[in-house]
Amino acid sequence: MKKDKHISRRSFLKGTAAGAATLAIPVGNTDASVWEAFFQQHFQEMDADEKARVIERLEQEYKKRYNREFSIKTTDAMPGVLFGYGLDLSRCIGCRRCVYACVRENNQSRDPQIQWITVLRFEKGEKFVSNLEEADKYYYPEKVPEEEYFYMPVQCQQCENPPCVKVCPSRATWKEPDGIVVIDYNWCIGCRFCMAACPYGARHFNLKTPRIREEEINPETHYLGNRPRYQGVVEKCTFCVQRTRSNPGRYPACVEICPVGARKFGNLLDPDSEIRYCIENKRVFRLKEDLNTSPKFYYFFAT
Amino acid sequence: MKILATNILILLKAIGRGNWYYFAWVTLLALLICAGAAAYLRQLSEGMIVTAIRDQVSWGFYISNFTFLVGVAAAAVLLVVPAYIYDFKPIKEIVLFGELMAIAAITMCIMFVVIDMGRIDRLWHVLPFVGRMNFPSSLLAWDIIVLNGYLFINLTISFYALYKMANSKEYNINIIKPLIILSIPWAVSIHTVTAFLYNGLSARPFWNASILAPRFLASAFCSGPALMLIVFQIIRKISRIEIENRAIFKIAELMAYAMGINLFLLAAEFFKEFYSGSVHLAPMEYLYFGLHGKDNLVPWMWSAMAFNITAFFIFLRPQTRENLFTLNIGCVLIITGIYIEKGMGLVIPGFIPGTLGEIYQYSPTVIEKLVTVGVWATGALIYTFLLKLAIPVTTGELRFSGKEKPVRAS
Amino acid sequence: MGVWRLSILTTALFMIFLLRAGPAAAADKHGIPEFSVPPPPFSEGIFPCSDCHADMETNPERRQLEEHIEIVKMFDHASDQRWCLDCHNPNDRDKLRLASGKLITFEESYYLCGQCHGTIFRDWKAGVHGKRTGEWNGKKIYRLCVHCHNPHSPRFKPLKPLPPPKRPEEIRNSHLTNEQIPSNPLEALLKESDEKR
Repeated sequence: MKKDKHISRRSFLKGTAAGAATLAIPVGNTDASVWEAFFQQHFQEMDADEKARVIERLEQEYKKRYNREFSIKTTDAMPGVLFGYGLDLSRCIGCRRCVYACVRENNQSRDPQIQWITVLRFEKGEKFVSNLEEADKYYYPEKVPEEEYFYMPVQCQQCENPPCVKVCPSRATWKEPDGIVVIDYNWCIGCRFCMAACPYGARHFNLKTPRIREEEINPETHYLGNRPRYQGVVEKCTFCVQRTRSNPGRYPACVEICPVGARKFGNLLDPDSEIRYCIENKRVFRLKEDLNTSPKFYYFFAT
Repeated sequence: MKILATNILILLKAIGRGNWYYFAWVTLLALLICAGAAAYLRQLSEGMIVTAIRDQVSWGFYISNFTFLVGVAAAAVLLVVPAYIYDFKPIKEIVLFGELMAIAAITMCIMFVVIDMGRIDRLWHVLPFVGRMNFPSSLLAWDIIVLNGYLFINLTISFYALYKMANSKEYNINIIKPLIILSIPWAVSIHTVTAFLYNGLSARPFWNASILAPRFLASAFCSGPALMLIVFQIIRKISRIEIENRAIFKIAELMAYAMGINLFLLAAEFFKEFYSGSVHLAPMEYLYFGLHGKDNLVPWMWSAMAFNITAFFIFLRPQTRENLFTLNIGCVLIITGIYIEKGMGLVIPGFIPGTLGEIYQYSPTVIEKLVTVGVWATGALIYTFLLKLAIPVTTGELRFSGKEKPVRAS
Repeated sequence: MGVWRLSILTTALFMIFLLRAGPAAAADKHGIPEFSVPPPPFSEGIFPCSDCHADMETNPERRQLEEHIEIVKMFDHASDQRWCLDCHNPNDRDKLRLASGKLITFEESYYLCGQCHGTIFRDWKAGVHGKRTGEWNGKKIYRLCVHCHNPHSPRFKPLKPLPPPKRPEEIRNSHLTNEQIPSNPLEALLKESDEKR
C-alpha cells in the first residue's frame, strides 16, 4: 500500500496505456487463438475433440510463455475411487517441506507468492481448532520441532459438501466423482466468492500473472490440476490430480516429501488402504466439523 | 424513425443546456471519472495486486461500496409505499426522483461488482443460457437477477412516466401500477439477497448471523432516504419543482423508526456476542475494541455509532426533525454513519480474523480509492443527467417535438 | 569414520537407497506386506561386521567399549535396560538376535524393533507409521525403521524449517526478469542432497 503512493506518474501512465491495450483485444491483427481462448467452453461441456483442440492450443500457449514443452492431461476420475487424506499431528514437525514440494509440483506462483499449504503453529496447551487466532503461520526458528509448540498443516480439505462449489456463480468449480474439488482456470471469473465461503483458507487468488522461473516449471500437468494459471483466477490443491489420478498412480508430492511420514493418502473406498486404517484405528478429527463440510482430510494422532 | 432522432436530439440539447454551476459540476464529475478510469485500466493490466486485496481479505473497498449502495437503491421503496399504497400526495410528487436515484445507485452497484472481478473478459460466463449461471445455488446468481431486475423495473416505471409526460399525455397509473407494486418486494429482495450473499457463509461467523438481513434493511431505510432528502432540497432550490416540507418531514419520521430498529438490532447483536463470549466474538472485538493490538477500524466504528445515535435523536424529536438545518446535519451523520457501518464495517470483519486466524488489516490503496471515486462520479453524472431531463419534463418545460406547450410563467 | 552411522533424513537422501533398492519382501505370516525397501543404511565399510569380529572373542560383560566410540557416546535407547548384545548376536555379528533367540538379518531388523514397539510395528505394516513413497494403488516403497531412526539414538533430530510465507503486506507489485523471480528454497535443498550423493 505504501508502494502505491510512490507510483511515478510515468509508470502510472504506462500501466494505463497497457490497460487500454488489453481492453482493445478484439482488433484486427490479433491471431485467432485469442478468440478461441475467449470463446472456450466450460471443461465439463467439451467433448473429446474439443478437449484435444483446447489442450493443443494451451500447450502452445504455455510453450511460448515458459520455453518448455508441456503435457496437459485430461484424465477422468477412476471408478471406485474416493480420495482421502490423513495427517498425523503427533508426527508433524512443522518443517514446511510439504509447502515447497507442493509449490514445486503444482507450479504455484513465486511472484506474487502463492502457497496452497499453510502450516500453523500452536503453543501446546492452547485452544485450537475452534479458534485459530492464536495460531502463527510465520514462525521461523533455527530448528523444528520446538519443545513448546505443535504444528498443523492446512490445505484444501476436499469437502464432500464443499461450500466453495455451492457459491460459485459460474460453475467454474465443482466436485469430481473421485471427490476432488477442481477449478476450470479458463472459466473462473475471479469474483472470489469461493474464497469467502471456504472455511479453511484453501483457495488462493492470482493477483497478477503468476511468475515462475522457466527452469523451475513442472511441465507434466493436468488441465484441472497444476497447469500454469492466469491473472485474476482462483486456484487450489487438487491432491495432485496429475499424479494421483492414474493406475498405478503416484502419491501426492506433499506425502512423498514429508520427512516424518506424517502424511497419508489413499482410496477411502478401499478397506485395505492406508487412509482407511487411520480412520478405523486412530483418533481422528476433521477441521471445523461443526460446519458440516465433511472434509475428506483427516487429522489423526498415531501415538 | 425521424421522430425518434429528433426526440433524442431534443434530449441531448436539454442535457447540453445549463448554467455555470451545472457545467462546473459536470466537468468535475467528468474529471473524476477520467481519474477513476485511468486507475481502473491500470488495475486491468497489472491485476488486483494494485489493490490491497489479498488472500486473507479477499473482498475490500469495492464490495463495501457495493453493499452500501444496494441499501441506497432499495430505499426508493420508502417513497413508493407512502406514495402509492397510502396515497400520500406530497411524496407521490417526488417518488419519481427517488426511482431515478435507485437507477443511478443500481448502476453503481453493478459497476462495483464488475470492477471487483478478476476476469472481466469472462463476464459472459455468468449469464444465463449463454454462460453457465449457477442458479439457484449461488447467491451471486440471485444477485445478478435481482439487481438487473430492479434496474429494469425502475427504468420502466420512470421512463414510462417521463415519456408520457414528454408527449404531454396523462400517464395511466393502472398500466404501471403492477410494476410499482412489484417494485416494493423487489426492493426488499435486492437487499435481502445481498445480505444472504454474506449470510450464507458458515465460514464467516460475523456474517453468519440471521440478524444480518433485517439489519441490512433497517440501515438501508436510513441511508437511502437521507441521501434523497438532501437531493430533494437541492432540486427545489435549483428548479421550479415544488417539494413540500411535509414530504421531507414525513420521510424523516420514517427514517427515525428505521434507525431505531437498526440501533436495536445492533444492540441485540452486541449483547449476544459479548455476553456469550464465544469464539465468534472475535470480529466484533476487532471492530469495536481491536484484536491483538490490531484496531484500524475502531475509531471509524465508534464514529459511526456516535453519528447514528445522534442522528436517531435528531430525527426522533419533531423539533429537530422539522428544522431544515438540524435535519440536514442528521442526514449527513446518517449517510456517513451507515456508509462506515454497512461498508467496510460489514465486509472487512467477515475476513478478520481469517478462517485460519490471521489478522490482516486491510486498508484500500490509492488505486482503489480512485476507482471508487470514479464509480461514484459516474453514478452522480447519471443521476445529474436523469434529473436534467426529468425536472423540465415534470414542470412541462421539456416536450418532444410537436408536443410543446407554452411554458408556464413562474 | 568406521562407525555404524545414520544419515539425516531428507527425501533426496532416500534416493540414494532407491537406486540400490532391494527386492520386494514377500508377504509372510506376520502380515508383512509385499513391499520394496532400500537396504539398511550402513556406514561405509562397517558391514559385514564379521570382517573384524570373526576372530575376536566375545565378552558378554557390560562395560565401557573402546571401539565404536561414536555409538557409545550417542547411545540413548533405553540404555539402562539394554546393551549391545541384547540386539546384536554375540556369535555371528552379521546377524541380529530376537529375544526368542531367533537370528535375523539386518534387512529384517523391523522384527527386532517390533519386539518392543508392537503398536508402531502394526502401524508400520499397514503403511501408516513411517514414510511411504511410490504408488498409492501400486508399488509402494517402504523404509526400515533404521532409515529414519538411528537404532542407538532413535529420537528424531530437529531440522531447519523452510522459510515462512510472505505476509500479505509484503506481497507487492513487481516486474521481474526470469532470473529475478525468487527460486523455490526446496530446489537448493534438493541440490545440496544431490551433491552429497
